Amino acid sequence: MLARDIVDAIGRTPLVLLGRLSPPGYEIYLKLEGHNPTGSIKDRVAKYLIDAAERAGLLHPGARILEPTSGNTGIALAAICAPRGYKLTCVMPENTSEERTQILALYGVDIVYSPATEGSNGSVRVAREMAAADTGVFMPFQYANPANPQAHFETTGPEILADLPDLSAFVAGLGTGGTVTGVGRRLKAHDPDIKVFAAEPEYGDLVYGLRNLDEGYVPEVLDQSVLDGRIKVDSLKALTATRALAAQEGIFAGVSTGASLAVALRVCDPRRLPQGSKVVAVSPDGGWKYLSTGAYSAGDPEEIARGLSTTLWA
Amino acid sequence: MAVTVRIPTVLRKHTDGQATVEGTGGTVTELFDDLAGRHEGLTQAITDDEGGLAGFINVYLNDEDIRFLDGPRTEVRDGDELALLPAVAGGSRRGVMAGGSG
Repeated sequence: MLARDIVDAIGRTPLVLLGRLSPPGYEIYLKLEGHNPTGSIKDRVAKYLIDAAERAGLLHPGARILEPTSGNTGIALAAICAPRGYKLTCVMPENTSEERTQILALYGVDIVYSPATEGSNGSVRVAREMAAADTGVFMPFQYANPANPQAHFETTGPEILADLPDLSAFVAGLGTGGTVTGVGRRLKAHDPDIKVFAAEPEYGDLVYGLRNLDEGYVPEVLDQSVLDGRIKVDSLKALTATRALAAQEGIFAGVSTGASLAVALRVCDPRRLPQGSKVVAVSPDGGWKYLSTGAYSAGDPEEIARGLSTTLWA
Repeated sequence: MAVTVRIPTVLRKHTDGQATVEGTGGTVTELFDDLAGRHEGLTQAITDDEGGLAGFINVYLNDEDIRFLDGPRTEVRDGDELALLPAVAGGSRRGVMAGGSG
């Protein structure tokens, strides 16, 4: 694959059959988004966010950009912003992994931390407050920017259809909602019978904390009408599937991949999908950025999952 | 046997601090009515005036968001687990009640 620059190398990721983990009568395929240049699906989103802003004349060398992110979007934006002379500030929950902080520092990104107890809602809140107080900063805001689902409508979705036009179901994790919305719309335009399932990370009590039930946040880009089901996956189930993926298929993936895989395995059931169905699940990233969480260490998975349930792993 | 209901930290003031409680009923609505009799304020905190789900709370039956099943009319059986979780980024009931958040 010859690329003019690193942005040109985004996408065209492998779709790999999980021949050993697929239940009898079903085929589960995993879209390996960790093969993108900065190692996650967010490269697609960052490219679309920055391209849209440049087309709108919002950016110039020296421009300042601010974005709330749990890490992957920040890293993807940083790789595009650094060579173009845009100054990036990321707002991240303080309980994201150490690797993300180090990589952002390498790209010269300023990091602002939001309280761990507020999760991703907290980074959205802090970034919005900062943007409101500083008119000179541009916030792409992946949670509400239509360029986010558009990236998946125009690239991720068509790649899946080109490789596997007869798929029956699609599974992706729920963060901003950009992947399920963009890919889901594209797949249903191709075949309205394709089912779309969201895998929702379920954390420990500490992450939910004393969250006020009147102060939630629904990302504007999430189109719930595209969903056929929404299934929560706790840290232990996600971790167990992630480790099985390495042991049985040789694939080293991030913990949110395990969450999508767990949902893919669950929907391979004759009450939901007929025998012979092909299911595509998204692997948003590889495991590299989660080594410090201990997710892959030897030891009792239940104990490791308990430690993991206070980290934002998706 | 009954249905196990998992209570998020923010609502445990209604359950004497218990992380799980048990209830009975044929549907989610009936289960909530049953809980209302024993845990003051719990059902009011999670439902609105029209009997729908209020605020940024998601309800899962055996891990599945009930809005993609039959909503409050979803059938429940002995041994099921119903989980109430505050919405984090990724959605809530309110978006659905408003006909989507898009």
